[in-house]
Amino acid sequence: MSAPSVSPHTVVARRSDRPHTSMFVRMLIRAALLRRGRAASALLAMVVAAAVATAMLNLYVDVQAKLRKEFRNYGANIVMVDKEGQGLPAGTLETVRQIVGPSSLAVPFSYVVARTTDGQSVVVAGTDFEGVKKLDRWWSVTAWPGQGTGSALVGAKAASVVAPNGGRFDLSFKGHTLHLVSSGTLKTGAAEDSRIYLSLADFENWTGVRPSTIEIAASGSPEEISATIQKLTQALPSGEVRPVRQIMEGEARVLGKTRATLFISAILIIATAALCVLSTLIGWVFDRRRDFAIMKALGGSERLLNGFFAAEAAALGTVGALIGFAVGVGAAVWIGRANFHAPVTVRFTVLPWIIAGSVAVALISSLFPISLLRRVQPAMILRGE
Amino acid sequence: MFLRLVYESFRRQKRRKLLAGIAITMGVGVATAMIAVATDIGDKINRELRTYGANLVVTPQEDTLNLEIGGVDLRPPSDGAYLDEADLPKIRGTFWHHNIVGFSPMLPVNADLGAVGSVPVLGTYFSKGLTFGKEQFATGVRITHPWWKVRGDWPDDNTTDVLIGEHLANKAGWNPGDSVQINGQAHRVSGVISTGGAEDNEVVVPLALAQQILGKPGAVRRLYVSALTKPEDALARRDPKTMTPEMYDRWYCTPYVQSIAAQLQEAIPHSHAEQIRQVAQNEGTVLSRIQGLMLLITLAALFASALAVSAAMATAIYERRGEVGLMRALGAGSISVAAIFLAEATLLALLGGTAGFAGGALLAGQIGRSIFNSQISIQPVLFPFVLGIAVLVTFGGSAAAIRRAVKFDPVFALRGEA
Repeated sequence: MSAPSVSPHTVVARRSDRPHTSMFVRMLIRAALLRRGRAASALLAMVVAAAVATAMLNLYVDVQAKLRKEFRNYGANIVMVDKEGQGLPAGTLETVRQIVGPSSLAVPFSYVVARTTDGQSVVVAGTDFEGVKKLDRWWSVTAWPGQGTGSALVGAKAASVVAPNGGRFDLSFKGHTLHLVSSGTLKTGAAEDSRIYLSLADFENWTGVRPSTIEIAASGSPEEISATIQKLTQALPSGEVRPVRQIMEGEARVLGKTRATLFISAILIIATAALCVLSTLIGWVFDRRRDFAIMKALGGSERLLNGFFAAEAAALGTVGALIGFAVGVGAAVWIGRANFHAPVTVRFTVLPWIIAGSVAVALISSLFPISLLRRVQPAMILRGE
Repeated sequence: MFLRLVYESFRRQKRRKLLAGIAITMGVGVATAMIAVATDIGDKINRELRTYGANLVVTPQEDTLNLEIGGVDLRPPSDGAYLDEADLPKIRGTFWHHNIVGFSPMLPVNADLGAVGSVPVLGTYFSKGLTFGKEQFATGVRITHPWWKVRGDWPDDNTTDVLIGEHLANKAGWNPGDSVQINGQAHRVSGVISTGGAEDNEVVVPLALAQQILGKPGAVRRLYVSALTKPEDALARRDPKTMTPEMYDRWYCTPYVQSIAAQLQEAIPHSHAEQIRQVAQNEGTVLSRIQGLMLLITLAALFASALAVSAAMATAIYERRGEVGLMRALGAGSISVAAIFLAEATLLALLGGTAGFAGGALLAGQIGRSIFNSQISIQPVLFPFVLGIAVLVTFGGSAAAIRRAVKFDPVFALRGEA
């Protein structure tokens, strides 16, 4: 209030100059400050709801990308093979890598059937070991071959035939003999167990056979992968490009089900959070029915009163949404770290939705009790009935 | 008097009780549904992961080296050892037979197809009816290889109808319903198969026909088994030979891919079972990621519903300060006032909790049916647990509000000056 030395007239005179809105703003601020406890609990409810909604929306969008990455551990989802059995033309691998982009993997394989010293047939493959390490993470390898020439990775079944005691062995192909040292054994449970893998350079020097297969782990949604397949087919007519249907369908199915579960969970959780806001805010507004009655008794119009409570709700909704967004992003990042060991990318595109949703819930929950109170005479409320 | 107060409060303040009750019911319902979904999601996703196909392969113990390039076996068909088809139903007798979703035997041979020359022919089960003891079941590639698609019809396993690979059919112009000559004998083409793999250039036939072409009845080259497994952990990776007897029992009685492989080896004589690492190793990581995610989300759901319930209770009690003032003015101690409110809260929690549990069970069932096409069952053990949490949360939500209401000066409360 004003100091005693100032006469009421000057106060009135001073205040009448001010724009009319200042009273409106003052009422808003004082309402929040004077009932700190209640206002804080309403804001808290708002913040929690907005935070939960933010975290769920962020996760919902990001988890798909995260899970897709996990699914890439299943290995190649596109395979390119030569049509005529002549090997893919030189430069194919570079073109493929250019088309699929740096986030995808492309690894070449070439195969021949060679003979061991005692005349047994065995499949020998040449490949890029660095690429295979990343592409086929399920390969269980005792020791990968080093940089030098002449070292080979021997499948567990092939090892018992060519190098039962580990160490050195010879292979011959079309009269050329190659001396090799086994660097370690490979176990996959599939056809790889019966093969011997060499580095691509060793393999080409020895056999002169070019890679016949390129296995590609393309990242992205099924649509993006189909587009990649189309591009590859157009750019490289000498090869046959096909999706690995086992991998593609499995991924689509598991991802689809997980997404649907996540979606329903998100809706349930957001609905519960909205319910929490609703019950808190309704209580808050009901609680202030006396303020409402006094304003009305002093001649506040319906429009002004509705506007006042609506502005209050909007302010609460916006502030709650902003704080909640920050908290929710924190929660989503934490969940990403805890579960996927990779941070969740923050999506600011959800922010407008969170604000709009929060304001909408706040408006509904404050205007609903107002419409009930409007029917009651202010005198009744002021008498405490 | 105490009971009457509680009873009348429910009778006269129906609207308020209903609001609080709805909040509790919804909160408990969501929590129940989420707990049910989270506990069941592992099993559900595990089944979905079976779309990736078999995770175990059984081969003869004394096998020659596999000469396979790009899915085509270059080894002469007569070479190497075979499993006996008669041993296959014994898989149903293993300890973990409930976890075995299906199995398919494979027998690659070569046959002369007239116009197109010699072509690889793959013998297998499509959906073969088998009997083990008194139990009857069907298994085959339609279960273990769900990505195989057929235009036309799948052949019956007991006929000599065949499927032609897509590329082969395009090359030779065959369509479902046509007849092909295999080694001079006429067979009906029941469909054209597309797998995206080597089978697109092959003929897929019932196992018995392939055995007849090879001239070895009962021969099976390898067997693919699709099993529901538990993600690998430290125990699973240990060598069973180095385990203590208790550890071995625990290992044997856990559906690790390794222990199922060991049991398959015991069931089928002279065999070697191996996990297909591409499928078996990755499903563990995918499964644990999805389970972890659902666990965290369930925690969020529990948190949100606890908050909603306690907010509703706090509001409900805050509105009734007048009543508290009256009771206090009439001489009630704060303990007896609190007792009345807490009794009301308990009653509300029990009613709302029961309704919420039932609603949550329905919701979980609905989620299971709409997403996974199978039932999500709720353990009845969950009921007292959920009810207990509902009472606790309702208490927690009310306690602070009751304390404030009791502390409030009755005079102000009665005059309605909040």
